[in-house]
Amino acid sequence: MSQTKGAKKRKLSLEKKHNLTGWIFLTPATIMIAVMSFWPMIQAFILSFQTGKANKLKFGGFTNYIRMFQDKDFMQSLSNTFFYLIIQVPVMLILALILASMLNNKNLRFKGLFRTAIFLPCATSLVSYAIIFRSLFGVDGFINSVLIKLGILNTGYNFLGNATSAKIVIIIALIWRWTGYNMVFYLSGLQNIEYSVYEAAKIDGASPMQTFFKITVPLLKPTILLTTIMSTNGTLQLFDESVNLTKGGPSNATITMSHYIYDQSFKYVPKFGYAAAMSFLIFILVAILAFIQMKVGDKRD
Amino acid sequence: MTKTKRANALMYVVLTIVSLISVFPLYWMLISSTNKSVDVSRGTMLPGTAFFDNWKVLFENSPVPSAMWNSFKYALILTFCALLICSLAGYGFEIYHDKGKDTVMSILLLAMMVPFVATLIPLFRMFSAAKLLDTTVAFILPTISTPFLIMMFRQSARSFPHDIIEAARIDGLNEIQIFFRMFFPTMRSTYAAAMTITFMNAWNNYLWPKVIMTSDESITMPMLVANLTEGYVTDYGVLMLAVLLCSLPTVIIFFLLQKSFAEGITGAVK
Repeated sequence: MSQTKGAKKRKLSLEKKHNLTGWIFLTPATIMIAVMSFWPMIQAFILSFQTGKANKLKFGGFTNYIRMFQDKDFMQSLSNTFFYLIIQVPVMLILALILASMLNNKNLRFKGLFRTAIFLPCATSLVSYAIIFRSLFGVDGFINSVLIKLGILNTGYNFLGNATSAKIVIIIALIWRWTGYNMVFYLSGLQNIEYSVYEAAKIDGASPMQTFFKITVPLLKPTILLTTIMSTNGTLQLFDESVNLTKGGPSNATITMSHYIYDQSFKYVPKFGYAAAMSFLIFILVAILAFIQMKVGDKRD
Repeated sequence: MTKTKRANALMYVVLTIVSLISVFPLYWMLISSTNKSVDVSRGTMLPGTAFFDNWKVLFENSPVPSAMWNSFKYALILTFCALLICSLAGYGFEIYHDKGKDTVMSILLLAMMVPFVATLIPLFRMFSAAKLLDTTVAFILPTISTPFLIMMFRQSARSFPHDIIEAARIDGLNEIQIFFRMFFPTMRSTYAAAMTITFMNAWNNYLWPKVIMTSDESITMPMLVANLTEGYVTDYGVLMLAVLLCSLPTVIIFFLLQKSFAEGITGAVK
């Protein structure tokens, strides 16, 4: 009797010990996220209610938040960022989905070669690819020299000097860099779908279009949701491309929110309070969009 | 039959075109690094002979070796620390999970929504107050623990058989030993995928080092490349050589770990 009691006690204490071990395992990571993400976020929130330059700050209420919506340059950066978001994210994700479902075909030859080629852009650093595209689309760049050789243009066209074409170059660059990355997620998701489902659909006489919309898209819904949230988040925080590809120009036509905030905090006289308020707006936008996407994505048909 | 054949042919055409578009800018970078700036502007698509001249100009005017060394140092130390901390946490969250830990995990996931630029100023003030600007510590700490990596390891720990843990416990291994001797070797592909992602992110990180690396001796490769475009006249040959050197490490890692990367992602998406 007492023996079993002892064993039970030992088992309980062992469970407690394991429970404690679990907490020890996750403590370092948890502390780091708390100190490096949550704590700065709280500080940014407090900072956003302060005005003044550099470290001479005083309480200013909602001044920064009001100023933000009257700041034409910031509003420009906001509309630029949304322009990228609305065009680039859907185009890229649809392209990635189509490519993934093509590569998922069992009878396809050179599958590995295609996959590697399409995924390769992800291996280049963000600064590198921004600069490659800047050079390709420069006035004396490769694209212009080809267009001149083909007789389409007489002189080099200043792609990066025109507001609309500069934006389009950024979108092309983004699609080039990230399509393969998202494709890998879809390919992984597709591998979890039994191939026999596709074969059955084929026997039933489903067209490739039908298979795509009736089988692939619904079954990949969780992965599509994941990639949509990731891409939205990434696009709202776009920085390297704006800085290195177009330098935000011509006259702020391509500048992103993160780029503008960086300039306000580190390039000119630092306005930390104002920059914090603007960056808080990004946080709110990310949260709202993620929330909407999760609500839409969770809907059961 | 002819219809499916035509569809098949179309598929190969589409995939070939997309593959060529994907590879072309990189091919162009490679070719341009061997050409003179004038020839690059002229649209040369063939290898030239100016590679060593470009090399000389680049190395004379920019601190390439130190930037290369810095980038490797920062990225490798960060990758090692992040993998250790996040895999321990992911394992802890899954294997010993209970209500309390699940709550903590869902709070941590909220950090995914925190934009880096929002934490940039407080982090900068924190590290400059601690006199840690221009140090490896400042480079690694903000991204040493990410919800993404923790989640990835938690997902893969889900497929780790509990029998192994029980058997190891009976054999007298303690919990830390079980983690390092049982979990770590089994989850190689997850570690490889996590390593690829973390190393690439660390190597490519531009915004944070731009803020904290104030001296020439501590700059990274992406910063060096970006600085080359600051002047009025850009030498495209030299620039593309720098871009090539900056991309080489991540491209090599990508080729080495490509297969396990795909496997690791598959495990995480499940």
